[in-house]
Amino acid sequence: MSAAALSQRPSRRMLRRFLRHRLAVASLLTLAVLGLAALSAPLVERALGVDANAADLFLRMQPPSAAHPLGTDELGRDLLCRLLYGGRVSLGVGLIAAIFSAIIGTAIGLVAGYSGGIADRLLMRINDAVIALPLLPLLIVLAAVDLGKLGVPPPVAQSEDISLYRIVVIITLFGWNTVARLVRAETLALRQREFIRAAVALGTAPRSIMWRHILPNAVSPVIVATTLSIGHIILFESTLSFLGLGIQPPAASWGNMLTNAQEVIWSTPELAIWPGLLIFVTVMAFNFLGDGLQDALDPRALD
Amino acid sequence: MARFATGRLLESLIVLGAMSFAVYVLIGLMPGDPIDLMISGNPRMTSEDAARLRALYGLDRPLVERYATWLLSALQGDFGYSRSYAQPVLDILLPRLGNTMILMGLSLAATLAIAIPLGVFAAVRPYSPADNAINLFCFAGISMPSFWLALLCIILFAVKLGWLPAGGMETVGGSGALDRLQHLIMPVAVLTVTNVGSFTRYMRASMIQTLRQDYIRTARAKGAGPSRLLVGHALQNALLPLITIVGLSFGNLFSGALITEIMFSWLGMGKLMYDAILGNDFNLALVGLLFATAATLIGNFLADIGQVAIDPRVTFAGREATQ
Repeated sequence: MSAAALSQRPSRRMLRRFLRHRLAVASLLTLAVLGLAALSAPLVERALGVDANAADLFLRMQPPSAAHPLGTDELGRDLLCRLLYGGRVSLGVGLIAAIFSAIIGTAIGLVAGYSGGIADRLLMRINDAVIALPLLPLLIVLAAVDLGKLGVPPPVAQSEDISLYRIVVIITLFGWNTVARLVRAETLALRQREFIRAAVALGTAPRSIMWRHILPNAVSPVIVATTLSIGHIILFESTLSFLGLGIQPPAASWGNMLTNAQEVIWSTPELAIWPGLLIFVTVMAFNFLGDGLQDALDPRALD
Repeated sequence: MARFATGRLLESLIVLGAMSFAVYVLIGLMPGDPIDLMISGNPRMTSEDAARLRALYGLDRPLVERYATWLLSALQGDFGYSRSYAQPVLDILLPRLGNTMILMGLSLAATLAIAIPLGVFAAVRPYSPADNAINLFCFAGISMPSFWLALLCIILFAVKLGWLPAGGMETVGGSGALDRLQHLIMPVAVLTVTNVGSFTRYMRASMIQTLRQDYIRTARAKGAGPSRLLVGHALQNALLPLITIVGLSFGNLFSGALITEIMFSWLGMGKLMYDAILGNDFNLALVGLLFATAATLIGNFLADIGQVAIDPRVTFAGREATQ
């Protein structure tokens, strides 16, 4: 390592290492484009003069045209608009559930790692169990649970957005454990270091030690794990939506668009291409991005 | 060893017990009511009859009591009846379990047969174009929504080309080994593609780590050729972590099998459970989910025991310390 490299600030070095991971940079750009496109869904809808959720049975399964750039689906709805709205759902659910999972996982990991003892052992056992369980069947049961029986008032339980909230909650329920494990491991390692002992000796409150001294040092693995988890979450969300247990029609999601496409697979197989391709590309982009961040944020990595 | 095994077994049983309660509660929260479903086909039923039925089946008692009753009879081997099949749950489940085992077993074998050589191949030439290409392939597999891949395969091989059947276990009427094999190709292939990526990456990482160790350098210094070095010295040790990964991936594999079974109408456990959940067949769903959980726990348990039995470096105390 040259003197110039040593004198560089860490953030610079991270940026340089990240930029060298070409697939990660390309993924970041792809995700930015997809995100912007999803955000602009209402604009596109207005520009085309269509309604993404309105069926028109005279326009079923039209080929691409000026009015419908990607054609129409099996109910005569504009495919492009539905893809964009579906992207809002997938990206939104992925981001929100991943962030919730990261926050909860960090809190649990910090407390378990710092306090140790029975709480820590219990947490690790739960963690082992969650990793080992057949997740999808459990998610399916959770997605099928009748909210009315849980005491949720009917207006809420039957509202249109409830499937969105429900899926975020379910995924968060099983999503915190990776981050918790990482933060715990980091906390255990940091707890033995001199600067933490010094803080303890100075009489700093445990909460403050966790928040000001341990957390900043554990941020990198959390960022990497969270980025990677977004990909997993999008896969789970689209799978559940595809099975009819996630986002409910008429609202579009990439998963439930494929459910409908499956029914017309013998006559119009083209409809199955776009939603799946977008899921695939998005998940892959998040995975590459996580991989690139891992390389960039690892302080032990050499240039 | 025996103490370690007993401890792990006990742990698995506790997890299974906790899961059985959690799943019992969850299934109770599913939409619909068993008595309503029972009397919906019979207009002469009065609400008094319904209440009597409810008492007969014990549904008017508190949840914990109902669970205890259920658990007691389950422990004696009585898992109750399926509503939609009108048969004992076990009679339906066991053959389906066999079908899932066939699917999962073949796919796991194919996955390992691809992942191990591919991972070793990549590990020997890290960051070469070949390694990068393999890495790209792995990421593609990991990121692939399995239901979409299944749809694409059906479109290509069943709809367009007509080479393979779109689903099912065998052709109605005509059967035979070849016919069954044809029905297996797509489900096994889809399940394999979605799993092979992560296994290859684990194999590559493990191999790279092994090749860095001192004993490999010693072997090289003593004149061991590249193939002898890899197969004779490195491979055995590099494979050890894979045992744990295989054990831990049973749950994942089952989830993948569920999707594959639904897509290809493969009559396995996953499809059975999915249909039971959607069809309000509460008892079947409950027992199916517990069987799936038990199967994954057994997989984990065997992997843990196998690891300790095979690798003399893994001590029982060591397992506690390393997470």
